[in-house]
Amino acid sequence: MGEITLRVNGTPRSLNVDSRTSLLDLLREHLGLTGSKNGCDHGQCGACTVLIDGRRANSCLALAVAQDGCDVTTVEGLAGEETLHPLQAAFIERDAFQCGYCTPGQLCSAAGMLDEAGPSAVTEDLASDPALTAEEIRERMSGNLCRCGAYVNIVAAVSEVAAAGGRAASDTAAAGASR
Amino acid sequence: MRPFEYARARDTGDAVARFRAGTMYLGGGTNLVDLMRLGVAEPDYLVDVSRLGADQIEPSGDGLLIGAAVRNSDLAAHPLVREGYPMLARAVLAGASGQVRNMATVGGNLLQRTRCSYFQDVSKPCNKRQPGSGCPAISGDHHSLAILGHSAGLNEAAQCVATHPSDMAVALAALDALVHITGPDGSRVVVMPGLHRLPGDEPDRDTVLRPGDLITAVELPPPLPGRSTYRKVRERASFAFALVSLAAALDVNGDGTVRGCRLALGGVAHVPWRAARAERTLTGAPATAEEFTRAADAELAEAEPLPRNGYKVTLARNLIVATLQELLP
Repeated sequence: MGEITLRVNGTPRSLNVDSRTSLLDLLREHLGLTGSKNGCDHGQCGACTVLIDGRRANSCLALAVAQDGCDVTTVEGLAGEETLHPLQAAFIERDAFQCGYCTPGQLCSAAGMLDEAGPSAVTEDLASDPALTAEEIRERMSGNLCRCGAYVNIVAAVSEVAAAGGRAASDTAAAGASR
Repeated sequence: MRPFEYARARDTGDAVARFRAGTMYLGGGTNLVDLMRLGVAEPDYLVDVSRLGADQIEPSGDGLLIGAAVRNSDLAAHPLVREGYPMLARAVLAGASGQVRNMATVGGNLLQRTRCSYFQDVSKPCNKRQPGSGCPAISGDHHSLAILGHSAGLNEAAQCVATHPSDMAVALAALDALVHITGPDGSRVVVMPGLHRLPGDEPDRDTVLRPGDLITAVELPPPLPGRSTYRKVRERASFAFALVSLAAALDVNGDGTVRGCRLALGGVAHVPWRAARAERTLTGAPATAEEFTRAADAELAEAEPLPRNGYKVTLARNLIVATLQELLP
């Protein structure tokens, strides 16, 4: 067992956890935050993706005891009290899911990805910080699988938010709602 | 998962002092935690070395010193790495996913274990996991496994055809990178690809590290002249291990002959495979497709493909020739 303190969606939490507990299990079983999903439990599907200190990570591969002092954001913490995160609005607008099981991971992964600088494996010029084309988004989101195959709409939703600098999707959604 | 004790080390000395039988060092955990969940790794003490302050990349002479706890994503995004060591930036970007690269450390990347499916399945024999138990891959699924330097020809208790899964290590092998190690007997430096070892009759040993040894940093020599890159062939376009990969650097004289080259192959052996024979063949020769092919064939003459991975010999040859042509000025 180990005593750890971490911030989850802005709230400080102190817990006693078994050293074997993953961050994912801590979130779901100890804190009741069931948005993050257990898909493969091997870091291969991305359904458990959360932000640790602002960076996307597979919470199934992170030992909870090793996260002492960290700041964790789950899908429950992406949005404001009353407003959707631009990615959530864009996912709804673009119909970027079917069953929804991979969606929390897709959203957290995309949120982290939009803050990541530098090239990817498909970037021609390593010196550049390339525009997030569909090809770039597909490569950068390859750690998130969708068994329903909603990839086309996921790429559209993420593209929209990327092109708007992370904002206009909610405007788009608002415009859609007012039509 | 078997119960274990966890401690976060304060510094390198503290980490090494904590080491005892049954201890494993924990970096990003992306491979180790998975292996513990599978029952393949069963440490009773995890010493967390991800917060020892070894998370900086700084100039060292004309080269770079990379802390062992630097995250893979930070390594690939660093301006000095992108500018001076494109093959390394590209190799790291070719590996895993965005999430995994954010977690995985440089030290842990070097020490990740093979993804051979028999090694990862505790219900199967495996000489690497359980020495002397046999190697089902030789008569089973080995399509993604080794063609060079394996021990399939030895007795059944020593056979191993595993491949080392790292992309980063392949680039480091081509770059003559130095691995800084601190252990119970002091500090030392190992030149890549010398960290890893061929299976021989001890396939359970991936590296030359001794109990308690901790990788503290990786040092890159000055950037290579000419052009360099990393190419990876895999079964899907992203988030898959290499069938064959290649780190290549090529420097061509004004008269069209090769002044120098570096070649290292991934996905073909128990180690990142430095293609020294091909490099020797090519140095001083005309930089042409014919000579590139001759050099590749010289290297691959010692390949010993298994019944279902002979395609890798052709793939490696074509990858060497195509990549070198791409690097022509």
